[in-house]
Formats: sequence, structure tokens, C-alpha cells
Amino acid sequence: MASATRSRDTPLAVLVLPSLLMFVTFAVVPLFGVVVLSFTKWDGIGAILPNGLGSWRQVLADPQTWRSLWLTIMTMAVTWAVQTPLSILLGTFLAGHQRYRALLGVLYFLPLLLSSAAIAIAFKSLFDPNFGLGAGLHIPLLSQDWLGVQLAFPVVLSVISWQFIPFHTLLYQGGVRQIPVQLYEAAQIDGANRFQQFFRITLPQLKYTIITSSTLMLVGSLTYFDLIFVMTGGGPGNATRILALDMYIRGFKANQMGAASVIAVFLVVLGLGMALGVQRLGGRDKTASQLEGM
Amino acid sequence: MTDVKQASTKNAKSVRDTGSRGVGKPNLLAGFFGWFWLAVVIIPIYYVVVTSLKNQGDYFTGNPLALPIPPTFEAYQEVFANKFGTYFSNSVIVAVGAVIPIVLFAFMAAYGIVRGKGRFLKFCNGLFLMGLAIPIQATIVPIYLMITKLGLYDTLPAIILPAIAFGQPLSILIISNFIRDVPKELFESMRLDGLNDWQIMWRLAFPLTSPALVTVAIYQGLNAWNGFLFPLILTQSPDKRTMPLGLWAFQGEYTVNIPAVLAAVIVSTVPILVLYVVGRRQLLSGLTAGVGK
Repeated sequence: MASATRSRDTPLAVLVLPSLLMFVTFAVVPLFGVVVLSFTKWDGIGAILPNGLGSWRQVLADPQTWRSLWLTIMTMAVTWAVQTPLSILLGTFLAGHQRYRALLGVLYFLPLLLSSAAIAIAFKSLFDPNFGLGAGLHIPLLSQDWLGVQLAFPVVLSVISWQFIPFHTLLYQGGVRQIPVQLYEAAQIDGANRFQQFFRITLPQLKYTIITSSTLMLVGSLTYFDLIFVMTGGGPGNATRILALDMYIRGFKANQMGAASVIAVFLVVLGLGMALGVQRLGGRDKTASQLEGM
Repeated sequence: MTDVKQASTKNAKSVRDTGSRGVGKPNLLAGFFGWFWLAVVIIPIYYVVVTSLKNQGDYFTGNPLALPIPPTFEAYQEVFANKFGTYFSNSVIVAVGAVIPIVLFAFMAAYGIVRGKGRFLKFCNGLFLMGLAIPIQATIVPIYLMITKLGLYDTLPAIILPAIAFGQPLSILIISNFIRDVPKELFESMRLDGLNDWQIMWRLAFPLTSPALVTVAIYQGLNAWNGFLFPLILTQSPDKRTMPLGLWAFQGEYTVNIPAVLAAVIVSTVPILVLYVVGRRQLLSGLTAGVGK
């Protein structure tokens, strides 16, 4: 029996190899590469020279690093706080089987199809202070300088939420549909109204969907590069220069790959920290099963 | 505009509830909220569509939400005179070149992880799960270094290879959930028929997980199609631009011609829209079953 198990274990392990090879080469190795490169000096073209803690000192002493870190944390917090309640409500709404809701669902998911570049360009023209929607309709309230220093950051966060709410709505729709109908029937017999049903049944039952969705959202918020890059390029000034953009600008604009790698280390640590934190909040013992059930 | 809307959403939020199960009397509040959200989603898209059908004069002077009567296709001519054909075929190559290996490799790995035992497979599973938590952007500098050393800078494989790697974790997760749902008895009966693991994988697991495979293919195809950062740092010549990068370059050149820029937005989205119309049910149901448990 033992030998039989072993003999079929080997070919199964082989099946993982192509996937593992790609993943290790282009994801795991670069992750360690980031740490190594953060101790070097490299302009992106010439030789890579050892630089000790030089890049670290430079980055840690630069106030822009801390501004970018702050903007990144704000991005995480605000987009999570905006997207989560809206996605839960929309997901619950779409889980209903009314026909008009199915139709609305088809339209709700349209933003999923647009690339970040397309969304950024569309909203940039929409928010244009001279010819955009507000200016064209001659509504003063809507004719703000939306992408100016004051408003650019909140506007960008709103557009990010607009882009990603559909995906999370989808997750919650699936989550709500898996809640046993009997729970609602029992609640109705007990005279619970919709409000109570939502808070006493739907929300608690969505616990694991909330963990999954939040993990993806928080880790994802570290990677909102494309949209901000096309919409504002980190500006005006440095008003929207989140860490991912800061890394790109340092590495590929200022040709300081060492400094960019230091920022990359920040990003990795933040990402892993967020993921672990969310899992911990959701209950330590459930972590494994939750991740497997994701 | 969005800010205003979100503020008003928040006021309604505390009382908004959803009689989502479709029982009892109609839920007016939920209905109102649903139509309101539709406006939030549709108005920007509607704006893009109508503006792309106007000429520049109308754009500067007319009501931005007015229907373009008669519609003009000047903007689209502008777009097609550009290199969007090249961008389109580059994006197709990147998407297909990434998706086929992603699905194939991830399927084999998922099968190995679900059906096999042993420390090595456990370790791989853990590694891939951890991969979900890593912000891909963080690896751009080493990836740029590797790609230049491999002599692949400014080629399409430069975009494809990292995409295959980063597509693995989520794909393996979704597919292994489907393989777990296949009743054990089916595997056992095929084994009793004398089939080995390799045969069982292709004859049993592959057809039974095909919904998940289609889901993964569409989802990863979408990612590859819409990817921006890797094409940005790993290519430079206009001939190698993918659709989003081409779109970005186009709006850089045509800053003043907004109808043309927005027409380009539409042209870049139409292929995906077609895919969505064809595979919507598959994509949405697969995603919810695979990720949203």
C-alpha cells in the first residue's frame, strides 16, 4: 500500500513543475531580487554596483517617501471603506431573482471590461474643467477643477472605486446566493423585517466573502498604478504619487533602480502584512480553510 | 460629480436594505438604489459613446450629454488612420500567448495539488496561495533586469512570460476548487478500469472542470489584454505597443481632439465587449463559484 501511494505520488508532483518553474522564475526570484537590488546602485542601463545602505538612507530621508506611503495607506483605507458597503449592498441586491435586477447586473459589470487606461482617459475628459461634463452642462457645482491639487486625490479614489466595485459586487452576489433560503424563511416566520434580516443573517453569513473580498481589495489597492499613471501621472505636484508611482518614477524616470527597489520592498511588506492581518482578523484557525475555499 | 453621488448614497445607506430573496412586497428602497447605481455606472460610459460620435466643433460648443445628431464617424477615421491594427494584433498575441499556458499549467498544477499527497505539493500549494498577497508591481525592477539580460526587451514575449507567472496563483485556486468538487468515486472507478493518473486527468478532470477553465481563460485574457505597467516598462517601439499602451500614446498625441481620443477608448474596448457578450454567463458564474465562497 505504501509503495503504491508513493508510485502515484511522483507523477502528480511532476504536474506542478511547469507552473512552479514559471512562478519561481518570474515571481519568486524577482521578489528576492528586489531585496538584493535595494542594496545596489543601478541606472537601468550600465553596470550594477554595490551601494550598501545608500539607497535605503536616501529613500528613508526623502519626505516624498513618507508622503507616498501616507497616500497609499489613505488609498487602501478610503477605497476599502467606499467599496465594501456599496459592493455588499449591490451584491445583495443583485442576488435577488427579479428580472430587472438581472438586467441591471449585466450593465453594472460593464466597467469590468474597460482597461484602466481607458477608464482613466474617459474620466479625464469627463472631469475636464473647460469642456468636461460639468462645464458643458453649465452647472457651477460640477465645474470644479476636479484634477487640480485639491481634488485630484479624492477624485482618483472615486474613479478607482467605480472601476472595482463591479468585481466585488460579483463576489458578494455569489456569496449571498449561497446563503440557505431556510434562514430567511425562519426569520420571516419570526417576524423579522428586511432590515433585521440583512443585519442578522446576510451580513454574518457573508463573513468569509468579506474576508476574501477585503484581502483582494487591500492588496489590490497597492497596485492601482495604471489608472493613476494615465489620469494624473502622480500629479498635480505630487498630489497623487502613491508608492507604486513613486517606485516607477524613481526607477524609470530618475533612473535610480536601487531607490525604486527600496520602495518595492515597502510594497511587498505592506502586501503580505495586509493579507496576513485580514486573515488574522477573520479568525486564525479558519485561515487555511478560508484560503482553500477562496 | 461622483463625490456628490457618494455623499447622497451614504445618507441612504443606513436604512437601505435589500429584500434580495425576491419574497414579499417589492422593495422600493432597494429598487431606487439599484436604478441610482445604474446612473453612476452608465453616465460616464454614455458620455464616452456620444462624444466619440461628435466632431470637434460640437464637442466644444454643444451639450455634452446631447445625442449626436447626425452622428459623425470622423473621430473613428482618425483612430483607424493610426496604428490600432498593430496594437490590436499585439494584444491578441499577448492575450493568447499568456492564456493558453496559464490555463494548461494551472490545470495540471491544480490536479496535482488536489489529487496528490506529500510535503512537496503542500509546499507548492502554500507558495501559490502566498502569491495572491504579493503586489505584482513590486517586481518591475528585477523583471526589467531579467528581461534585458535575456535579450527580450522590446518584444512581445517580454510581456507574456511574467503574465504567465502572475496568472498562476488565482487560476490554480479557482481550478482546484472545481477539481475538489468532482466526486471521489469517479476517480476510483476510472482507476479500477486501469487508467493511470495522466489519463484520468485528461479524460475525467479536464472535461469536468472545463467551466472553470473557460472562466480562468476569460479572466486572465482580460488581464493580459488590459495590462499596462509591464508593456510600459518592457517595450518601447510603437510597433510593440499593446492596446492600452497604444491608447495612452494616442491620447498623448491627440490631447485636443477629445472625440478621437474617446473613439480610441471605444475601439480598444470593443473586442472585450464581444468576448463578454459571448462568454458572460460562463465568466460571471465561474468567478462567483471559484472565488466568492
